[in-house]
Amino acid sequence: MSQRKTAGRGAAAGELRISFTLNGEPATLEVSPSERLLDILRYRLGLPGTKEGCAEGECGACTVLLDGLPVDSCLVPAYQVRGRRVETIEALDPADMAHYHARGTTQCGACTPGVVVTASWIVRHPELLETHSIRDLMAGNLCRCTGYDGIIEGVVDELEERGGSAGPGAHRS
Amino acid sequence: MRILLPGTLEEALQMLAATPDATPMAGGTDLLVHWPQHPELHERSYVDLSGLEDLRPHRWTDHELVLGGLTSYWDVITDRRARVELPLLIEAGRQVGAVQIQTRGTWAGNIANGSPAADGVPVLMAYDALVVLQSTRGRSEVPLAEFYVGYKEMRRKPDELITQIRLPRREYDLQIFEKVGSRQAQAITKVGIAITHSAAGWRVVSNSMAPFVCRCHSMERLLQDGRPVSSPDDLLPAIREDVSPIDDIRSTAEYRERVMARVLYYDLLDVCPSFS
Repeated sequence: MSQRKTAGRGAAAGELRISFTLNGEPATLEVSPSERLLDILRYRLGLPGTKEGCAEGECGACTVLLDGLPVDSCLVPAYQVRGRRVETIEALDPADMAHYHARGTTQCGACTPGVVVTASWIVRHPELLETHSIRDLMAGNLCRCTGYDGIIEGVVDELEERGGSAGPGAHRS
Repeated sequence: MRILLPGTLEEALQMLAATPDATPMAGGTDLLVHWPQHPELHERSYVDLSGLEDLRPHRWTDHELVLGGLTSYWDVITDRRARVELPLLIEAGRQVGAVQIQTRGTWAGNIANGSPAADGVPVLMAYDALVVLQSTRGRSEVPLAEFYVGYKEMRRKPDELITQIRLPRREYDLQIFEKVGSRQAQAITKVGIAITHSAAGWRVVSNSMAPFVCRCHSMERLLQDGRPVSSPDDLLPAIREDVSPIDDIRSTAEYRERVMARVLYYDLLDVCPSFS
């Protein structure tokens, strides 16, 4: 078997070469089959903003957007992002953090990148609030410092600034 | 670790036929969770299904909702027609992890992983889902209610893939999904129940109550016969015929049995004339 293979089709036990769109720019690298998306972002691509918390898909500290949807990058095999679009916390404008700072939503900071990535998805898709509360949508981002209310309020503030409504379910627990 | 990357369903089936010990992988949420702690899993072979775009879409026909082998929870959660017609799919899908899991996890993967605590499986079973299995040898269909034969044992042969899950479209006059866990979000189920009633009869399905997700036939007969029930305890004999809960790190058998009886009793009290 080939030890070096472009990840199109076939079998690979060694490195696979993958290309994808990372924060709007093309990225190409060789990954081993057991590498997680989280690993390549942090240790191969110089993007340590994405954090590792539980490594089992519960805490959401490693949340990134894959083709526009939030995923736990600790549970995504790196080779599966070939041809896809990945956005990390580094793609966001630091100015978008203002509401979260104002609401005191960050203390130790371990959860913050994941929280902000999920929040950025919600504020870009206010239609989600027709069927979900902000609290439902943020349930996959655990924070052990702040108690969550500030996080929810930060999302509400940003939605209001963007001219949307946080919907009747925004504060529902 | 060896990753097989099929470009078509046919290739995937050939790879599975040639590599019977390979594990099919869709979103990977049930598999990668074990990778960091279990180096032996890195010695295994996986057939990656993520490139098989044809398996992703779900579609409505006149008589059925057909989920693809790669249809995710989120695909169904965001389907307006499912919300109206098969709402338990939405309720259950929203209980699987959180959004980050729902966007990656698949209904077929939930079935194939075979966890007794699978939250997606009870509602599929209560809707009389058929599991479509394909291999190079052909195609077969197994009712989901007959799919499991033991703990993590199922009627899927190593060379078979779940390519579709077929759900009949029916008029339901009762649809209930209940999940009891330690907290409201991201909990593993201690007691799970799905109930439907239609012209096809009663379906009562439980998870986390037996070695595999199963229909509760004694309970269904009790409801069909309209036997009088005046307290949760009246349901315990049927529950004991149907399921065999265990003590584990999440709960005890006694708790599970009592909670199942109470949840069923209070859910059905207002809708069943035989309940008082």
